[in-house]
Amino acid sequence: MTCEEVLEHLFAYLDRELDDQTSAEIEHHLESCRGCFSRAEFERKLKAHLRDAGESAAPESLRARLKYLIEKF
Amino acid sequence: MDAGIRQFFAAEVERLADRLFGTALRLTRNRDDAEDLVAETVAKAWAKLPELRDLQCFDAWIQRILANTFVSEWRHRRASPEIAIEPGVEHDEEGEPFSLFEKLHQPFLLWWASPEESVIAKLLREDIERALDGLPDAFRIAVVLVDVQGHSYPEAAELLGVPVGTVRSRLARARGLLQRSLWQHARDAGFHDNHDHGKEARDQAADDV
Repeated sequence: MTCEEVLEHLFAYLDRELDDQTSAEIEHHLESCRGCFSRAEFERKLKAHLRDAGESAAPESLRARLKYLIEKF
Repeated sequence: MDAGIRQFFAAEVERLADRLFGTALRLTRNRDDAEDLVAETVAKAWAKLPELRDLQCFDAWIQRILANTFVSEWRHRRASPEIAIEPGVEHDEEGEPFSLFEKLHQPFLLWWASPEESVIAKLLREDIERALDGLPDAFRIAVVLVDVQGHSYPEAAELLGVPVGTVRSRLARARGLLQRSLWQHARDAGFHDNHDHGKEARDQAADDV
């Protein structure tokens, strides 16, 4: 697989949307290509930052509201 | 429902509250609306709990209910068409999808070892939130479903009621816009100053030769 092909499929690879064979080909390329590996790591870390943005301390008012709600069920 | 199930439900909601609230906040961009969304999600989850066959899947299951609740209301309430984003804004000067990595990898910056590592390490949570919150609704929701919640493309497509290809293209455009926004922010935050300092040092080194 060429660098262009890897970059074309990079996000689908990181999103685990590719079949096993294509994923394996990309992994094989990343093991030997420093440039693509750096790019893949960069996008992976950015994706992890995005996932972390989905966690935020729930305010006490919400926790109390949920507790009250569940008690009423 | 028996006391054991109620206890399980209460404990899971308590455990997942930060995750549910954080995701709701990214979707609604408003703390009060996020609280309402989580409360509505929990009420729906309780009503649907008998349908959940594997309690081990509670986390993914309630996240899906949250997404579904938000998307249903968003589609219903969207009275006016979303502001169209001019095609190409998410691309760079060469017409390629905008890439923060490529911007940081310009030859003049490579003198500075691994600029992309430095920038990614210094990215603050607020930077990410600002960039994410600044995306148009349809793009932001696609990113939240896939990157934040971890849904697959087909799952996101089903939640949104659009073809998988639409999810793919919204994600691609969203990522371009997101990375452009982070690049602009990195420059505003002084990335250029660092580069200029590096240039000064390089010029000095050249003079010394």
